[in-house]
This record gives sequence, C-alpha cells and structure tokens, in this order.
Amino acid sequence: MENLNALVDAALAEVEQAGDIRALDDVRVKYLGKKGEISALMKGLGKLSAEERPQAGAVINEGKQKVQDAIAGRKSAMEEAALNEQLASETVDVTLPGRGEMPGGLHPVNRMRRRIEDFFLRLGFDISEGPEVEDDFHNFEALNIPGHHPARAMHDTFYFGDGRLLRTHTSPVQVRVMEQGKPPFRIIAPGRVYRCDSDLTHTPMFHQVEGLLVDKGITFADLRGTVAEFLRFTFEVEDLPVRFRPSYFPFTEPSAEVDVGCVSCGGDGCRVCSHTGWIEIMGCGMVHPKVLEAGGVDAEEYSGFAFGMGIERIAMLRYGVNDLRLFFENDTRFLSQFS
Amino acid sequence: MRFNEAWLREWVNPAVDTDTLVQQLTMAGLEVDGVEPAAPDFTGVVVGQVESCEPHPDADKLSVCQVTNGADTVQVVCGAANVRVGLKMPFAQVGAVLPGDFKIKKAKLRGQESNGMLCGASELGLEDLIDGLMELPEDAPVGTDFRDYLSLDDTIIEVDLTPNRADCLSLRGIAREVGVMNLSPLTEAAISKVAPAIDDALSVTLADNAGCPRYLGRVIKGVNVNAATPLWMVERLRRAGLRTIDPIVDVTNYVLVELGQPLHAFDLAKLSGGITVRKAKADEALTTLDDQELTLRDDTLVIADDNTALALAGVMGGKPSSVTTDTQDIFLECAFFAPLAIAGKARSYGLHTDSSHRFERGVDPQLQSDAIEYATALIQQIAGGQAGPVTEAVDEAQLPKQAELTLRAERIEGLLGMGLPAQQVEDILGRLGMDISSNEDGLGWTVLAPSWRFDMAIEQDLIEELARIYGYEKLPSRVPAGSPSGETVPERIVAVRRLADTLMDRGYQEAITYTFVEPGLLAKVEPRVKPLPLLNPISADLGVMRTTLLAGLFSTARHNLNRQADRLRLFETGLRFVPTDSPDVEGGLEQTPMIAGLLYGSAQPQNWEGKRPVDFFDLKGDVEALLGLSDAQAFSFEPAEYPALHPGQTAALKRDGEVVGFLGRIHPRLAADLDLPGQLYAFELAQAPLQRGCLPSFEAVSDQPRMRRDLAFVVEDNVPAGDLIAAVRSACDDRLTGVKIFDIYQGDSIGENRKSLALGLTFQDRSRTLKDQEVNDLVDAVVSQLKQQFNAALRD
Repeated sequence: MENLNALVDAALAEVEQAGDIRALDDVRVKYLGKKGEISALMKGLGKLSAEERPQAGAVINEGKQKVQDAIAGRKSAMEEAALNEQLASETVDVTLPGRGEMPGGLHPVNRMRRRIEDFFLRLGFDISEGPEVEDDFHNFEALNIPGHHPARAMHDTFYFGDGRLLRTHTSPVQVRVMEQGKPPFRIIAPGRVYRCDSDLTHTPMFHQVEGLLVDKGITFADLRGTVAEFLRFTFEVEDLPVRFRPSYFPFTEPSAEVDVGCVSCGGDGCRVCSHTGWIEIMGCGMVHPKVLEAGGVDAEEYSGFAFGMGIERIAMLRYGVNDLRLFFENDTRFLSQFS
Repeated sequence: MRFNEAWLREWVNPAVDTDTLVQQLTMAGLEVDGVEPAAPDFTGVVVGQVESCEPHPDADKLSVCQVTNGADTVQVVCGAANVRVGLKMPFAQVGAVLPGDFKIKKAKLRGQESNGMLCGASELGLEDLIDGLMELPEDAPVGTDFRDYLSLDDTIIEVDLTPNRADCLSLRGIAREVGVMNLSPLTEAAISKVAPAIDDALSVTLADNAGCPRYLGRVIKGVNVNAATPLWMVERLRRAGLRTIDPIVDVTNYVLVELGQPLHAFDLAKLSGGITVRKAKADEALTTLDDQELTLRDDTLVIADDNTALALAGVMGGKPSSVTTDTQDIFLECAFFAPLAIAGKARSYGLHTDSSHRFERGVDPQLQSDAIEYATALIQQIAGGQAGPVTEAVDEAQLPKQAELTLRAERIEGLLGMGLPAQQVEDILGRLGMDISSNEDGLGWTVLAPSWRFDMAIEQDLIEELARIYGYEKLPSRVPAGSPSGETVPERIVAVRRLADTLMDRGYQEAITYTFVEPGLLAKVEPRVKPLPLLNPISADLGVMRTTLLAGLFSTARHNLNRQADRLRLFETGLRFVPTDSPDVEGGLEQTPMIAGLLYGSAQPQNWEGKRPVDFFDLKGDVEALLGLSDAQAFSFEPAEYPALHPGQTAALKRDGEVVGFLGRIHPRLAADLDLPGQLYAFELAQAPLQRGCLPSFEAVSDQPRMRRDLAFVVEDNVPAGDLIAAVRSACDDRLTGVKIFDIYQGDSIGENRKSLALGLTFQDRSRTLKDQEVNDLVDAVVSQLKQQFNAALRD
C-alpha cells in the first residue's frame, strides 16, 4: 500500500502542475483511466484474501477519490479562469454611443394638429378634408358671405382669376360635408389655409381646424362645454379660465370669440397677452340657418355649432415659439426641437 | 372706432370706472383694442400769456419774453416763430415735468435768463407735428392748470368693431350700448331744426334710387371758413384720431363721429346747376380731394352737377368743388347710400375713408335729417353764415325697412340651452330699442328692430342679442352626449399618420413648405407640367401652385445645407396641384395628396466606425418600409425617367401597373442648377395607393422542415435582378416559399459585362417533408427557366 500513497501523491502533484484542461485529462487517464496506475491497483485486489479485500478496496477508493476531487477542483478553477479571460477579452466600452438611427419628428404644427385631432376623435368626431383650391361658392357664398359682404375684406384672398381661389379658412369643408351626407354631422376639418398677408405675425399660408356638430337639440351650451373641455385638454390646465365674448361671423349666429386665461403669465398680464390677461384663441358659434340650408339641412329640425382655430397660434402658445415665420423656414435646428 | 371717455360720459354716465366700462364693452362684443390717456403725463403747465416780447440781443431766432401766469411775471426765452405780445399758450413753469421726464429748470440762453418754456402741442405729446406754439383762444383763463383747461385727464378708447355692428361706428351707438348694459339713461345731443334765413337752394335729382334713396342738401351762405374751430371740438376730434382742417370739415367730421352720419360740403360757387345722384359715365374723370385722378367705371355712384361728377358718392369729395380758404358759400350734403352701392367701390379705386367704411356697413336710414340740422347749427356757431331750406329727395320704397321678426320662446331655449322669462326677453329687447309685443298664440313675440339695427335679419339675431345682454358667461355649458359618428374606419386602410410615423422612426423630420412656389424653380424640377398661377401672389417667388412637393423639399435642403447641415432626412405630406384637361376632374385641377421625402448625407448618424454615404438603396429601403405597411407584394419598381432625377438611378413605383410615384437620385444638372449636392435622393408618392392595405388572413403555420438551396447565376450585367426573381418564381409552384439575393459579384473571373447573382431559395410543403428529389426537380426547373430566359449559367 505504500505504492498507493506514492501514486496518489504523484497524481496530486501532477494535477497541481497541469497547465490546461488537456494536461489535466492526461493526468486523469494516466492514473484513473482503464489502464491507469491507480486503476491497476484495483485489479490487484483479486490477489488478496476475501478478508483483506474490502479494506484494501476502500483504501484504494479513498485514494482514487482524492485524485478525482483534485482533478475536478483543478478543472473547475481552470474553466473559471478561462471564462474570466474570455469575459475580459469581450469587454466593450459601454460609454461609446449606440449605432443606428434616432427617430425624426413631426413638424410642430402637425404635432399640435394630432393632439387636437385626438381630443375630438375621442368625442366621436370624424376627420374630414377638402380641396385647398376652392370655388367662391364653398368658400364664401354658402357660408353666407355674398359678393360685397364687408367680411370679405377681412379675408385677403388669393385668386386664380377664373372664379377659383385658395381657401381662406377650413369652413368650406363644413359645406362639403353637409352636401355629401345626411345629419347628424360630427366632424373636424384640419388643413392648410391661405391669406394674402405676410408680415411679422402673418404668413400667407397657415393651418386651421374647423369643427362642426349638427344634430337635433344642439345648443350653445354644447358649444361652450365642448370648447372649454377642449382647451383644458390642450393646455393641460384643469382650471384654465375660458371666456366667450359676443362676436360676429357671417356663418354663425350667435357667434363668439373665445379667450383663455394667458398661459404665459397666468392672467396677470404680460407681453404675450398684451397685458390683458386673456388670449384670443378661436372663433365659434351656432351654425347660421342659411349655411345649414346651403348644405341641404333642415334648419328647423336640426341645429349645430361650428368652431375654427389657428393651429400655429396654439402651437406657439403651447411650445413657447415666439416667431410665426419659423414654422415655414423648416430649419432642422428648429424642427428637431419637436421630435 | 376711437373716442374719448369724457365725451361718452356726456351721453351716458353709469357709475362704473374706466376698467369696468372697457370690460363691459369687450364682453358685449365691442372689443376694446386699446385704452390710452388723452395726453401723456406732464405737470406744472398752466395757461400763460406773453406780456412783452423783444428780440434776443445775441440770437436771431430767439425772443426774450415777459410771461405771466396770472400772479407773477417772469422772463422766458422762446424760439418759436409765432410768439407775440398778447398770445396765450401753454406755459411750462420752472419745476414742470414734460413728457419724456423732461424737467424744466431755470436756464440761461445766450446770456439771457429763462424761467420756463412756452409749449407747442408736440412738446406736450398732443400731436406729432412740430408747428410752433399752441395758440389758445383769447378767453383762455390765464393761470389755469393746462390739464384742467383742456380736460386732459381723460381716456381714449379704441373699439375694434365687427362688420355687423355699424350702428356702433358713432359715439351715440357706443353710448346706447353702455346705457343698455348699465340701465343708464341716454342724454341725446340737442338737435333742433335751423330755420331757413334765405331761400337759396339747389335742386336734387335721384337717378339711381336703389343706390341713393335719400339725399338732403342745404345751401349756407356767408360762412367764414377761416374761423378757428373751438378747442373743445379740436380736442374731441384729436382724441378720435382726426386732425383739424377748417371749421366746415371739422364739423362734418364731428357729426360723423358723434352720430355716425358722413356729410360733405361743396363750395357753392364751383357748382353749376342742380345736383344729380347718378352712376358715373364710363371713363368719366374725377380728381379726388387727395389729388388722385380717377377714371370712373359706370358701376360707380357719383354726385354730379349739370356738368360733371363732383364726388365719389359715399367715398370722397372731388378736388375742384372742395371748400378752400376762399370759400364764401357752401352746399352741405347728407345722404343715405345703400351698402351694396358703395361696398367694394372705395377699395376698387384704392381708397378707404371714414365715410366709405360706414356706408359699406350701413348707416341708419332715418338719421339724415337730424344730422344735417345738427351740422348746420354747429357750422353757424363757429363760422356763421345764413342757411337755406333743406332740400330732400327721397324714394321711401327703396329705403331699408325696419326688420319685423317673430321670436319663439321655444327657439330661445333650443339655441341657448336655457329659456328666459318672458319679462326678461321683453326688457332686454326693449332696452335695445326694439318694439316688442306678445303674439296671440302666447308662444312668442313680434319684434320690430329700430332703424339703426339693420343687422337684425332673422330670429337668431334676436336670440344673440338676448344672449349678449344677458351675458354669454351666464349661459349654461355642457359636453354633448357622445354618440360616435356613423362612419367606420376601415381596418384595411393605412392611416397617413402611420406612413408619417414610419418615416419619423427611420429618422425623417417633417417639413411644411408653402404650397405656392417660385415658378422658375418649379420649371426646373417639373418642366412637363404647366402650373396654376396665382392672380395676386404675395410675391413673385410664391407665384404658382406646386405640381410636385419636391420643389419645396429641394429649397428646404438648400436652406439647411447653407446652414451647415451635413445630413438631411426630410419628408412632407400635402397636396400637389396638377392642371388637367380631363372632364372627370372637378375644376380641371387634380389636387392629389402626396408624401415626399429627401435623403442626404451619411447612411447613419456619424459614429465611431466611419461612415458610408446614402445611396439609392437606402432610399428604396425607406420606400419599401412604407409599402410594407399595406401590401408590399402589390408594388413593383421599374427603371424609369423623371426630369428631376438621375436617369440611371430612378425607379417608378407601380401598384397594379399604375404609377404611384418616383424615387431616385437628383439629376446632376438640376443639382448644379439649384446649388445642391449630387448625392441627394428623393421620392414622391401618391398617398392613396400606399393606404390600401389588406386584412390579415390566417393560414396554418407549417411545421414541415424548410429546405434551402443556394445557387449563383452568371448573367449579362444589364439583366434586372427583379426580372430574375420573377422568373424563379414563375418556374416554381407554391412550394417555393422564399427567394433572397445574398450576393452580387462582378469581376474578371466571370468575364466582362457579366455579373453573378447568388440566390437563396427556400422550399417547404405545408403538409409533408419534401424529398431531396422533389427539391432537385424544382431547382432544375429554375436553372432551365433562367437559362432559357436570360442565358443564365450556373456559376461553378
């Protein structure tokens, strides 16, 4: 049995010296393999008496186990080291920027337009669109603005010289929707509109959203409630002051101009609100019976409200843009601020 | 409409302060646009009088004056040309502070002591024009504080009126409203008929009764047009934004502001024969008061004598017949012109006057008699003269009728969402000057609007008046019960939003460019289509309607590249406008919603791996992403030509054979023309075909194994890859589930003008495992098809 101890010691020493997994396996084969030196001792057991055999077997197994444990321990240490080495070699600089495209963005006007659309879609409104090159009938006549109406002077109209014009507001969509369908109507009509005016606070093209609700029993109260809710939603101010002032549009009666408490100064007065504490935000009213009739709707049976607002104005207030003209320069340094 | 508060308060004086008054006006629909003091702040200015005046010993243009403030006399050096002994003028004493925080101190001017300053109107902020000392009337009480003397502690209010409220284009109209809101009584101007002292009169003939149904005229002889208009009137006119001219013009302006009736005075000596109100003869000439030589159209109403047109009716008088400093006798006119006869006329001659502004919107047709009497009295008061009788020509039938309307209680509630007690309805409308009486049926009223409320046309107008006076803010408010509209949104339709979102997620930034563009630019981008020109563009570079969105995107690219942008991904959605002869298209103009994009710079944002510039296939990949939203299989790309694009790098996108749009690289010639880089890629597609998606349709997932075979074919290098793939598909049945190109090679080893395309073919049967032999048969079929069609050889 001295031989066993010597073999085990030699094996343990070789395990310790093994430089890699392969060398380690060689050690295992050399001592524990089928023809291994410690395995050979087991085969020698047959020469012993039946009494000696169990004890001797146990001793050999003990030695064998020692070597096996040493190999396993050494192997696991080697694997651990190899993995650590692999991990170290695969380390990247996580502070380097990621690869690929960043999202672009909507134009601020359309960003606001979507917000407006989303509110009214939730209220069951549909989105309607109409032509931008319009005829006089839809842009003016059908909206109760006959040829020499002074209100035409307020619309600096672009003409093509053949009766056609660029629509000065989104209101003609009201008429087209009524012509093409049957009440009830519940639509908004967002889009580009045009006025022959260009200065610090006017661009010859801008955007409006028109709204129209025609049904039985619609009153001014419905208009007030809808507009007030909309404005509170848009500006995300729960107790936003909203006031309705009598005004005049040929296509509504009664008509109102809607002001909100200045979102810039909270109503104390500042440059944005010309020190009045109020900001004019939209026009609205109950649809004029002549407009209902032009759209083929019985004005005795149905009533409705309409409203119209400029999207740029709301976007300017909401995002703090201080120059209208920036919207149409399309400088990406400006546009990307709304991504 | 601009007026001063003190004058208004002579008409109606409710117990409310200025702020409340202004708030009331705004909330009644008379939006107050501006509130300003009648004069800027200044102190220490009194009415002074010059007692003596000597030339300055050492300065030509200065005078040394002794000036009294009523108690003391001090020496003042003055440079004004109109300084003289006895003159009364505003006198800023030592210690006074003038506008602009200008402090008056004791001073020496060229050695002469000066204790204060004699003032002109401009120095006190009353006028912009610098025009010597402000001369005060002889009865001005010396020593009185100048602010008190002119009642300068007053407020000027400017109201921005909507076109329907022409009745408020006068102080009287504003006063009526204030009275209604505050339940305050009105003190009307004292107007009484001026008895004729002479018999002189001109005949008046109405030749266009519809345009001018009422015309009043009166001769006043012996007026002193050089008399000074009293300061109180000058001040009221100034505060209304009008300059004093002469007593006649001042009075007509004063009556215009106070009552809302425009009047005009002719120099009687320059008229010949009687007055006729008629349409102008075509090309009749008229020189207006502001020296414009007009050539009139025959749709224009004029006031004429027996010889010629004297004035543009309701707009402006003519120069030759105007009152001058030599005028002795005048003919005063006061008429009602129908709004339709005047509307647009001033504008068409490039004019806009206080008179045309009012007549276009409407003047009270019952006002003329009062106005001419009032004006006559005021003229006589200031300039003297003897008045003849008023000559009136009228066609009552053509005058506007006072509106008689039925108002239903049920309609009030139906429109406002709340009813009003009968008593309140009657009270409010009564206060507005309407005659209201209950109808026999007990369901409503009959209402007669006053002559000045010619804007009352329908029942709803009355209801608006009720709401206005009751207060919009007190009306109920509710969100209407939500009933989703009848329209359904088809699931198969791809929303334009989704298209935009896809581009955004791929790094595109949305732009919105003008739909009118520069004609020259557009002609370069799309020379084949003649665009629709605007009749009155804002400027020549925004002259025609775009026929392609690319024009705007190219301009936007240039704008940004000029500002150091090195990478651009832009898109826009909107209409393009293409004139067409097709009779099916409304108005001969196709207004088609398009989506267009532009690509320039590195394929990815610059990173630490170096960069690759974008090429056609980045552009195509983005377009394919859009197609993937609907039904990518339905689309095909074909080599094509498009004027703005490089002929070798342009594809037409088709859906079911119809062209949807184009994509490609900018044409090098256009790039050079527009000063753009040549590596710019763009697409423009019609939205509608991209929106036609399909409903998902379930197919059982097959668990059968897929078999892949990779084959490389050598073909002539002008064989389109798309044709090759189509041929592969045509050679197989539905067991071929995929074809991918995974390599393209060109080089010496395969010969000149040839290319090798490596195709990966995937086969699968839905229900069973394909045998090798079956796949081999399919591959053989592909090989022979390609050989036959393209002379393609399998590459070794």
